[in-house]
Amino acid sequence: MPSLGADMESAVLTEWSVAPGDSVERGQIVASVETAKGIIDIEIFEAGVIDELIARPGDSVEVGAVLARYRAAGATEPLKPIRPAPPEPPTLGRVPPAAGSSPPAAGRMPRSAGPTPGAARRVSPAATRRARELGIDAATIPGTGPGGSVTTADVDAAAAAAPASRPQRAPAAVQDQAGPAAPTGRAPAPTDMRAVIAQAMSRSKREIPHYYLATTVDMTRALERLDEWNAARPVTERLLSGVLLIKAVAGALRKVPELNGFWRDGRFEAASSVNVGVAIRLRQGGIVAPSLDDADAAAAPELMRRFQDLVQRARSGRLKRTELTGGTITISSLGEGGVETMFPVIYPPQVAIVGFGSIVERPWCVSGAVVAAPVVNATLSADHRVSDGHRGSVFLTEVAAALQHPEQWL
Amino acid sequence: MNRAELKQAVLDALADVAPDVDTSRLDPAGSFRDQFDFDSMDMLNFVTALHRNLGVDVPDVDYPQLASVDGAVAYLERHAS
Repeated sequence: MPSLGADMESAVLTEWSVAPGDSVERGQIVASVETAKGIIDIEIFEAGVIDELIARPGDSVEVGAVLARYRAAGATEPLKPIRPAPPEPPTLGRVPPAAGSSPPAAGRMPRSAGPTPGAARRVSPAATRRARELGIDAATIPGTGPGGSVTTADVDAAAAAAPASRPQRAPAAVQDQAGPAAPTGRAPAPTDMRAVIAQAMSRSKREIPHYYLATTVDMTRALERLDEWNAARPVTERLLSGVLLIKAVAGALRKVPELNGFWRDGRFEAASSVNVGVAIRLRQGGIVAPSLDDADAAAAPELMRRFQDLVQRARSGRLKRTELTGGTITISSLGEGGVETMFPVIYPPQVAIVGFGSIVERPWCVSGAVVAAPVVNATLSADHRVSDGHRGSVFLTEVAAALQHPEQWL
Repeated sequence: MNRAELKQAVLDALADVAPDVDTSRLDPAGSFRDQFDFDSMDMLNFVTALHRNLGVDVPDVDYPQLASVDGAVAYLERHAS
């Protein structure tokens, strides 16, 4: 079981995608596990043949415990266990567990650990979806996942326990006893997610000497180009302004590569590709920052499709492990209707993060006249161990230039 | 499609976009944004789902008309065949 987050001690195996005797390729998805961040697909890191599946779906498996055994391609002996992944560019994965967190129980997580009466209960996004498909109110199901959270296995068990008495979709009046609409996952505190964020951000503020730069970018031409593009295309090919921001950042990193990479073992390692992590807010609380790999090489329409897919999978709790650990820089954008400026905190071991406030209309000077223009505040938080204000300024200037000349790349 | 079928189609599209939201508890007159932090990406995915399921292509400029369940149903009544 690979670690998928700083404080992750275990995860529930939801399904195997392979069976004993199957040949697998490097990078093939072999299993899915359910964590506080949703269902994550687990890839194998070596080609080979699956020999034995040890964990069963529904089992809670500790980080480092053996999920299955396989033979590496070409070898006959010995059997290799599928367990902690080799170190990759980790983001949250390297952070040691919090000093105050309880040690993992010997053996397996107690399957009967229910929620504290009256305490907030967590329901994973996947379990929420499954419950709705089955017409069950997830709030009525006892949870056996980490911290008493309700997992898809719990929903299935509840459905199996009382199949006849449950209509496919309960009438709204019956379900509506809890009052006005609320996201099913929001009221409960997403404690695991908060702990993950707390550790990464505390480490960042403790270890990384941040410096901050900001500039205001005229978005008139970028938005005009975007409107033109979208008006001429069906909904499936339309772009959002967010993808223009990602594109501009990815392009600017080519000129200032010292913002793209990792600080590890006391020195900077430049990344060979531009994998832009995008901070995605989850409705049940918290954020994840999965990466769009090779964002500098992808054209805006392709990047948009991948971005759209990534957001939808992040919010439905279905990300790949490599997406959660592969970012070489992060972008955090507030989107519509928010405040104008953000000062984001670097996501270790990355060395820079770019923030965008909401696009707002403000007075703007053009050729000596004041006009109303849509503008966005772009900020850079960067690691002073690796770069300094001058290079950061070159980078933000490059981002601004790209957004002011969208015709060159869109 | 009648009004009830259109409403179901709207709720199904919302369920695609936001599987973590209990659509049965939504106030049909209230905006999605106020009820569950619906953002521009959600809107695009919502409109994409309506396009896939109903064949309705909603122009960019009409998005504000589909900001609630009632708004979306009324829009579809006018534009879905």
